[in-house]
Amino acid sequence: MEKLAETLIELIRRTSVEIPDDVNRALIASLEAEKKGTIAEGALKIIEQNIELAKRKSQPICQDTGSIIFYVDCPAGFDQLDFEATARAAVTAATKKGFLRQNSVDSLTGKNDGTNVGPGAPTVHFHQHRAPEVSVRLMLKGGGCENVGAQYSLPAEKLSANRDLDGCRRVILDAVLQAQGKGCGPGILGVCIGGDRATGYEFSKQQFLRTLEDRNANAELDALEQDVLKTANELGIGPMGFGGKATLLGVKICAANRLPASFFVSVSYMCWAYRRQGVNLGAAGQIEKWLY
Amino acid sequence: MTALHTPITEEQIRALKVGDAVTISGIVFTGRDAVHKYLHEGGALPPGVDLRGGVIYHCGPVMMKQDDGSWKCTAAGPTTSIREEPYQGDIIHQFGVRGVIGKGGLGEKTLAACQADGCVYLHAIGGAAQVLAECVKKVRNVYFLEEFGSPEAIWELEVENFPAVVTMDSHGGSLHKEVFAASAAELAKRL
Repeated sequence: MEKLAETLIELIRRTSVEIPDDVNRALIASLEAEKKGTIAEGALKIIEQNIELAKRKSQPICQDTGSIIFYVDCPAGFDQLDFEATARAAVTAATKKGFLRQNSVDSLTGKNDGTNVGPGAPTVHFHQHRAPEVSVRLMLKGGGCENVGAQYSLPAEKLSANRDLDGCRRVILDAVLQAQGKGCGPGILGVCIGGDRATGYEFSKQQFLRTLEDRNANAELDALEQDVLKTANELGIGPMGFGGKATLLGVKICAANRLPASFFVSVSYMCWAYRRQGVNLGAAGQIEKWLY
Repeated sequence: MTALHTPITEEQIRALKVGDAVTISGIVFTGRDAVHKYLHEGGALPPGVDLRGGVIYHCGPVMMKQDDGSWKCTAAGPTTSIREEPYQGDIIHQFGVRGVIGKGGLGEKTLAACQADGCVYLHAIGGAAQVLAECVKKVRNVYFLEEFGSPEAIWELEVENFPAVVTMDSHGGSLHKEVFAASAAELAKRL
């Protein structure tokens, strides 16, 4: 357990202080494409400096270290209770070390006990697979981008959005328009078409586990991802909503079955400070391999 | 680039226009959701906090207590400002605030207060917690730490050359309004 605790603290540290390579590449490409001398270009330059500084100083990229969401793929028989207890302890330890902000508030009393642990915090999702490996992925998702997420119920008459892919496209682009710079763009969209109100958002967030370069295996969804990305970047919202070219870095869409009566499109927005990392665990709980 | 030093005069504020890049040096006070609600409900500022000519920073920093009891700011980017829209205009008016630092912009009520009272909205780069923490030279004091918790407390920060962009000025100009209207028009062509 001690080794696992150490591993999870290191996973939290690295997730909080280092941006994944695929995101960094996309940000550098955005900076190069932005018009020189604009405030949009200035914003992206500061973002690049910030990424370098956070890594060098081993301090959080963003002070909002966000919702702490673990995704664990494990074989049958894996002790989920032990893992969750260790994860909670690791979160509190990482908070003391300053890798996480004291970020968890009792919703009824308003008290923040500084541990980052409480009802629903952190969140751990377990998924069994028929393989011996245990992999742990971690996402830290800040509140600014979480607040601009949106769930649409189709048909949405005001947006002329019917129950088809064009309707989905309309509401997804509406979410981009409404978000403007409030979610710390250039952002990344995770979308789920279908599901219920809970699973729709849940699956939309899981899309952020894909790398930016990953292409959708479903041809229709792949086309929609590319189309929304291209269209959003023609709107001129730009980094921080300052105006400019880089509005989104990526769009990831999945579909889940729905009830005949319901047609939800759930859109999660991830900020440029897209913090996700993952490890494969060795038998003793040590880090065997980094996943991103 | 305009260099602002606190306290800031109305004349200096009136000279600023949307799109201007500025740096802020001097004292800024953090204040976010809990503080804005508290002040708007008639709560008093603690002794030692004077916002006249001053700057409120929408920020919940990461603060580490040092062995000698002092605080070190290790991450300090802006939080989303729009949540303070119900309160911000009145607070600007009541306390004589000259600058509000945040991200994402504020709405019509705040814009009107900026115009009436001589205040600007200073947009910092969201997520740039390390670049901005480097500008914090000293943590001078903290208020309401127990009541509101660390991210929501009022932190008194000494800053140097803190970079921001004026996105709402004291003449009714708002970059946020402009970009929203322009992007909505572009989207309408593509549906």
